[in-house]
Amino acid sequence: MSTIDYSDFTSVQKSEQFQSLRTTHRKFAFPMTIVFLIWYLGFVLVAAFAPEFMAIQVLGNINLGIVLGLAQFVTTFIITGAYVAYANRKIDPIATDLREKMEGAGAVEIIIEASDDADYATTGKSSGE
Amino acid sequence: MTQVSTLNIPTAQTLSTEVGNPWANIGIFLVFVAITLYAVLRASRKTKTATDFYAGGRSFTGTQNGTAIAGDYLSAASFLGIVGAIAIYGYDGFLYSIGFLVAWLVALLLVAEMLRNTGKFTMADVLSFRLKQRPVRIAAATSTLAVSIFYLLAQMAGAGALVSLLLGVDSKLGQSLVIAVVGVLMIFYVFIGGMKGTTWVQIIKATLLLIGVGIMSVWMLALFGFNFSAMLGEAATVAGNPDFLNPGLQYGESTLTKMDFFSLGLALVLGTAGLPHVLMRFYTVPTAKEARKSVVWAIFLIGGFYLCTLVLGFGAAAIVGPDAIANAPGGQNSAAPLLAYELGGTLLLGIIAAVAFATILAVVAGLTITASASFAHDIYGQVIKKGKLDTEGEMRAGRATVVVVGILAILGGIGAQGQNVAFLVALAFAVAASANLPTILYSLFWKRFTTRGALWSMYGGLISSVTLIVFSPVMWGAETSFFPEIDLAIYPLTNPGIISIPLSFILGWIGSVTSKRLEDPVKQAEMEVRSLTGVGAEKATEH
Repeated sequence: MSTIDYSDFTSVQKSEQFQSLRTTHRKFAFPMTIVFLIWYLGFVLVAAFAPEFMAIQVLGNINLGIVLGLAQFVTTFIITGAYVAYANRKIDPIATDLREKMEGAGAVEIIIEASDDADYATTGKSSGE
Repeated sequence: MTQVSTLNIPTAQTLSTEVGNPWANIGIFLVFVAITLYAVLRASRKTKTATDFYAGGRSFTGTQNGTAIAGDYLSAASFLGIVGAIAIYGYDGFLYSIGFLVAWLVALLLVAEMLRNTGKFTMADVLSFRLKQRPVRIAAATSTLAVSIFYLLAQMAGAGALVSLLLGVDSKLGQSLVIAVVGVLMIFYVFIGGMKGTTWVQIIKATLLLIGVGIMSVWMLALFGFNFSAMLGEAATVAGNPDFLNPGLQYGESTLTKMDFFSLGLALVLGTAGLPHVLMRFYTVPTAKEARKSVVWAIFLIGGFYLCTLVLGFGAAAIVGPDAIANAPGGQNSAAPLLAYELGGTLLLGIIAAVAFATILAVVAGLTITASASFAHDIYGQVIKKGKLDTEGEMRAGRATVVVVGILAILGGIGAQGQNVAFLVALAFAVAASANLPTILYSLFWKRFTTRGALWSMYGGLISSVTLIVFSPVMWGAETSFFPEIDLAIYPLTNPGIISIPLSFILGWIGSVTSKRLEDPVKQAEMEVRSLTGVGAEKATEH
């Protein structure tokens, strides 16, 4: 793809590399979101409408409700860890490569300045009107 | 059991005025004020630009910001409210905390990094990126202000309740005075320290809070020989209710209350990633990678915290007893302080009281800077002055708004005294989930999304959730309502999420597909590329 103009957002958006960056992010984020939402909302529905199921004793006074509740904590931690590993390995390399190419092309306006040179008016130009 | 029988209702009441030492509580709190004041004054010396004032100069690390996020998020409602809810309602209180944690995955997977890459100071920066600036900015700022004010009211009302419990100030006038002092202190912090100062206050507070609940939890478990099951058993025995450990005590009464609970769960899990004061924190770090790291830290700290509230809640039920807590001044919110007093006497009560005050102060500061940014940057700077305001003008406007919001918060807090804290926060979450989240997701992920879709979704979400609240048992007819005598509650649930959240997603979709005027594909390309690559948004990329 030698025809990509890295100073032009539309051209970058159409590039194969950007498309693969987008797919890579969505491929993980979307299904995972659906999975944890179903798991959480399902848990809430069972707790609300089938409390006798949650009351099943597992270990001493610890019932299924406590166990499944703690399992929500565990899965949250696991998904967090998995996303970080995935992002570091699959998303970041493509994103960094693209960013460097675009910066090398030079024509990309900086919208978010650091504190040292706060030229405030820059976002005004990027308004949609 | 002996501990329990000694702490019946009259003892609990004298605790606030005689047994616990109010001067010790005040003394420890003043130490916190002194430390944070020093941090704020230091930060103020480096607050010279609008980026410093609203985004802390983007100079915080992911770890620092993650701790600050935990500080912003773990409000007095989380600490006092959830420990109290578990102590009184058992398992149902625990359900609350799960939603508060799981919600962070939405922020991690879908929102934090992309938001960091496309915005400057506020949520409105992102939402108006590729849509029509003026109307979208006004809508986003309106919902930001609405959510912040709901949340602020909850915090300020909590301050009043806390005062009655910890300082032995029972009179309305005395409580109002303390709310005013908290408010003025917070105005001062935000006014001079901006986001940098606020962030340091959050970091200090989160550290204190986590250490405090950590020590108490280990202590609590040690009392039961690190046998969690034994603690649960004691809690159920003291509560005198075999169902104390099962779901249903608070929400299990009827199908309606169960629906209400589902509605709450939906609002909690989808609301977090739409809370403007949380979103604004992502701008204080230099890169998207640091934004991701912030959320990871926040998830582990917040998760650890809620595990502690589980121990403390059931522990308070076992040692203090649900009835004693419910009848103490401050009611449900008194569970954690009463437990601290039982465990470590005056000193631990003083520390926990100071931590609770610090919590309110810090969260109020975070909300105030958010409300101020949304008015000064979005409404005044971008809409009225059309982005032509210089950095000094922007900061002047920001500081003026801080004072106005602060005064409103004080007045509102005095008016809202005696309301249940955790409950008001849940309402703020419902508004955030309906008015903010759908538009954030659509504008980040759906090419076809239009200005009309954004406006329908934001105003639709805001108006529907507020209207449903106004015509719910929160306001009318029930014992805990604002107007218990008159029943005008047309909407039967206390949480609007189950209706307002799907409604605003649908409105955003219908509004977009029926739009005749399509949005600029060039801006869409720019936003999408920026959001995923972070080009032009990182400190290191400056030429």
